[in-house]
Amino acid sequence: MHKFFIRSFVSSLVLLFTFTVAAIAKDVKAAFVYIGPTGDHGWTYQHDVGRKAVEAAGFKTTYVEGVPESADAERVLRQLANSGHDVIFTTSFGYMNPTNKVAKEFPNVKFEHATGYKREHPNVSTYAARFYEGRTILGTIAGTMTKSNVIGYVASFPIPEVIRGINSFTLAAQKVNPNIKTKIVWAFTWYDPGKEAEAAKALIDQGADVIAQHTDSTAIVQIAEKAGVYAFGQASDMDKFAPKAVLTSVENNWGPYYVDRVKAVANGTWNQKDTWHGIGDGMVVISDLDSQMPADLRSKVKKLQADLASGKVHSFTGPIYDQKGNLMVAEGKTADDGMLAGMMTYVKGVEGDIPK
Amino acid sequence: MIIDINFIGLILASIMASAVPLILASCGELITERSGVLNLGVEGMMIIGAISGFALMTVTGSLIIAIVGAMLAGVLISTIFAFLTQTLITNHVATGLALTIFGIGISAMIGKNFVGIPGKEFPVLFEGLKDTIPLLGPILFGHSIVFYFAFSLPFITSYFLKKTKIGLIVRAVGDSPESASNQGINVRLVRYACILYGGAMSGLAGAYLSMIYTPQWIENMTGGRGWIALALVVFSTWNPIKILIGAMIFGGLTIIQFHMQAIGVRIPVQFLTALPYIVTIIVLVVISRDSRKIRLSTPSSLGKSFHKDN
Repeated sequence: MHKFFIRSFVSSLVLLFTFTVAAIAKDVKAAFVYIGPTGDHGWTYQHDVGRKAVEAAGFKTTYVEGVPESADAERVLRQLANSGHDVIFTTSFGYMNPTNKVAKEFPNVKFEHATGYKREHPNVSTYAARFYEGRTILGTIAGTMTKSNVIGYVASFPIPEVIRGINSFTLAAQKVNPNIKTKIVWAFTWYDPGKEAEAAKALIDQGADVIAQHTDSTAIVQIAEKAGVYAFGQASDMDKFAPKAVLTSVENNWGPYYVDRVKAVANGTWNQKDTWHGIGDGMVVISDLDSQMPADLRSKVKKLQADLASGKVHSFTGPIYDQKGNLMVAEGKTADDGMLAGMMTYVKGVEGDIPK
Repeated sequence: MIIDINFIGLILASIMASAVPLILASCGELITERSGVLNLGVEGMMIIGAISGFALMTVTGSLIIAIVGAMLAGVLISTIFAFLTQTLITNHVATGLALTIFGIGISAMIGKNFVGIPGKEFPVLFEGLKDTIPLLGPILFGHSIVFYFAFSLPFITSYFLKKTKIGLIVRAVGDSPESASNQGINVRLVRYACILYGGAMSGLAGAYLSMIYTPQWIENMTGGRGWIALALVVFSTWNPIKILIGAMIFGGLTIIQFHMQAIGVRIPVQFLTALPYIVTIIVLVVISRDSRKIRLSTPSSLGKSFHKDN
């Protein structure tokens, strides 16, 4: 009788141990914190597509949507870290301080913060995409396709990410068409279809015949379709929303990075990194080019895309001047990542000032 | 920048298009409030209308079913409010706020399957006449049927309240439910009807956003327009014609601001966003200084529950 008990006790211990080891090895849980709803068909939607890729790779994921960039974010992060998540992706700039603060309290949990620059603890990595490379392509197309030489640009908030996009777009457009003007309207929202539509309409009424956007909804391309002007899709392929207006889209492709990083956590090879991937690494994807574009423009764009990917061409190659005519980047030089990350001045050719 | 007359016409046309959902929701809420019921659930009813209209359009392919369905959805959700506040005599403010939270939540849940689907084109009337008259052409022609309905609604509402017997009954119920009840009017029935009508108009306002203004479904796409519509009712001092003017001002603020940006003039955006509410507070202060004006314009029993046996 005694033997039986001891035997079963030992075997259950062994069983328990194997299960625990298996659980530790296999059950890496990843959490995602979103600024908007997964239904925005823009920024958050694309992050969620990336999360689904992580699920497909066999890992458990959780997400919390609509988390404000306030003290609430800290609370959500703490709860996720407490409930057994091994890696937490915080997918908006404003989560920068909460991420670092909570990371200090949970040294065993890995934190991945999108679009930020603070890595105060060894368990915090940052990642972002070089969307400005995509905007170099859009600028080239816009400069070629415009007839009125007025290009409209609906911007969201005056932060380096957006300014950098405006600059890279304008530089590329000027290169193919020195007469263009970029008119910018700040909508002060990331997504509000009504407001975005009104901003686009105002630009079209003022003579813009190509509209670019740095806000997330599909309202702008739809307005462009109605008005018979060209536009570009943002974050995801928006062609089906406005087949005539959309010339191409710049897609955010987070999936491969997310799968990589979660796998690294599972293998124990995760380390602190600052990732800034562009077209070359596939984080920025250019959708199909519309057949309305002349064949020579399409082949030019294809070549530019390949050159940006290989690093042969850089979006910010000198000489680049600011609005006052001061030299920002000397001839033959390219802007370094530090300058790009903190870019808060317009280049020559952009109209107006940056709002405060 | 040469400002020609057609350009002004274009701006005015965009302002009017942006005013449509505000006019619809405000005129509906105005009738509800005139019967003495304060329904703060406008935002929630609008978003329910938006998702219902868009979903029905996608599933059935019929614009008429979608528009009618959106109005019915508004009616349905306002029935919950009516049942709670009129039959179970709950607090109007709390119930209305709950309705908004409920509407935003449930619309997001239904909407999950409708994200990323392009909407259908909604037919516009008199498109060909747009360029025939300078200035007035783009203002008068080339809009959807809902646009024309919205701009006639304040006049219909005004006529209804002032000149018809039912309109008088609605006002009587709102001003003094006790007296109305003593006259043999079924206060609860009238209030039910007014709440449901408000729901239908909010539903239509939402459908306008998701089917005509920006044909797509996005979570939270009403973006606070329901709250502006509520402020607008107060701003108008419960006068439908003033709603028309207020909606043009409130709706036009963003558009004019965008145009100024494109020209190169800058106004702080935060100030403009707050402006509708600031103006509403000023109006409230002005009317509350004059007790006669309050008596004349505010439904006296607004927001107060009515127990028949009192």
